[in-house]
Amino acid sequence: MAPLISFQDVTKDFGSGDRAVRAVDGVTLDIEAGEIFGVIGYSGAGKSTLVRLVNALETVTSGRLLVDGQDVTALREAELRRLRAGIGMAFQQFNLLNSRTVAGNVAYPLKVAGWPRERRAARVAELLDYVGIADKAKAYPRQLSGGQKQRVGIARALATSPRILLADEATSALDPDTTQDVLALLRRVNRELGVTVVVITHEMDVIRSLAHRVAVMEAGRVIEHGPVYDVFAAPRERATRRFVATTLKDRPTPEAVERLRHRHPGRIVTVGIRESGVDVTAALRAHGVDGTIVFGGITEIDERPFGSLTLELTGPDAAIDALLADLRSRTDVDDLGTAGVPA
Amino acid sequence: MNRDWSELSPILWESVRETLYIVGVTVGVGGLLGLVLGVLLYATRRGNLLENRVVFTVLNVAVNVVRPIPFIIFITAVGPVTLAVVGTTIGNDAVIFAMSIMATFVTARIVEQNLVATDPGVIEAARAMGASRLRILVTVLVPEALAPLILGYTFLLIGIVDMSALAGYVGGGGLGNFAIVYGYQRFNWEVTLVTVLVIIGMVQLAQLLGNWLARKALHR
Repeated sequence: MAPLISFQDVTKDFGSGDRAVRAVDGVTLDIEAGEIFGVIGYSGAGKSTLVRLVNALETVTSGRLLVDGQDVTALREAELRRLRAGIGMAFQQFNLLNSRTVAGNVAYPLKVAGWPRERRAARVAELLDYVGIADKAKAYPRQLSGGQKQRVGIARALATSPRILLADEATSALDPDTTQDVLALLRRVNRELGVTVVVITHEMDVIRSLAHRVAVMEAGRVIEHGPVYDVFAAPRERATRRFVATTLKDRPTPEAVERLRHRHPGRIVTVGIRESGVDVTAALRAHGVDGTIVFGGITEIDERPFGSLTLELTGPDAAIDALLADLRSRTDVDDLGTAGVPA
Repeated sequence: MNRDWSELSPILWESVRETLYIVGVTVGVGGLLGLVLGVLLYATRRGNLLENRVVFTVLNVAVNVVRPIPFIIFITAVGPVTLAVVGTTIGNDAVIFAMSIMATFVTARIVEQNLVATDPGVIEAARAMGASRLRILVTVLVPEALAPLILGYTFLLIGIVDMSALAGYVGGGGLGNFAIVYGYQRFNWEVTLVTVLVIIGMVQLAQLLGNWLARKALHR
């Protein structure tokens, strides 16, 4: 099946001539229907611009961009408006109309799309119910909390039943608890309504708990992309490793390794915990080695287990070596040695 | 003194009525045209919805040229135009014509300055929903800036009351004329004082109403 969104060597410049700034630089990327696709990067990496090309809030400078089979670069203004109406967008600062009630905000895109009044009212009620703020229909945005505002923003973005939802740092202005609620809502939107979600963020946590696939952007380029699990398991680029390190703190830093070696006389070994499952306890027993967990963490990425445990192993050297060989055949093992013989 | 006021008060009330008429028509015409001009001035500015260098420059220069002209001079300067359109250069209608032009340009700047503060994110959101530019100007931009616009119009209204006082100079009526003819020219300070108090009362009332409406429009 053809991808829902297809960037083909897409470039976006702001300004022209000598003062032109290249915000998006030769991006080639496919986003499939039905997935949650994450785009991560530091501010200024070009991710916000990239996503604004999809609904033509910004125009492509060169390259081809296909959205739902249509070449966006070839569309006229009236056709672009129709395209935009079929793509929802949620914003970091919510961007609600303060002059309208919650219901009025959600009704706005329906008005734009020419829905008659009665159908609008029914649809608004349905949407507010879906995002869990039916009781706030008559409130004004200034009377809502951040989380409530974003629910309105998402309800409004979903009003016309778009196939694509663009979430531009949709949780970045929210506190941690509210962030989880909004992420859960986005997950539901994807799963229950089949909406393809494109999430822009600078927080790896958001990617970890939400996205199926991820693209890492730096200086306008996509430097790495793939399934979230794979990118986390084996980040290739430096920027990617830095992002992964911000959310997974399961592996000891070199300083922490130094302290571990001095605190524990045995051999320090880090064992990766993956989806395949490694029964570390059974392996220890089989080889007659004692193990004490001294560092580590296991979490879920894309709803699959991921992390590592660092153990202090004590026993005959030969037995430990045999254990490590056994474990290495099933997962990644990092032998950190001892204080006397650092590996 | 008492005899004086029994004669004067009907004239005073007639003057209040005339001032209200002059100010009302001017605010209506100038306020509406100024709103359109101000929205255009804002929208044609670089980076905005209807970006258009030529239109923006023309409007901007026009506003900057007209606005600083002292109104007493402006009335006479537009005399030929007034004559062509109204048919006379004296009387209330001639004054209203000149005032409406001046009010249009003053309003344009006030409107533009209040629109500048509108959150561009809200406009972007409306664009993302597929709204046309004209629809955004009318249904997003102006309503979002309503509270500051109301205060801007209140400010404008008071400026127009000020302008209307000069009507007397070109054969118009109103409170300005009343204060000059019955107060200044007859050396009757009491009449001048009463006129001042009436004007202060009107202005205060307008300001209170404006503040109240602006607060309502904020929806806090």
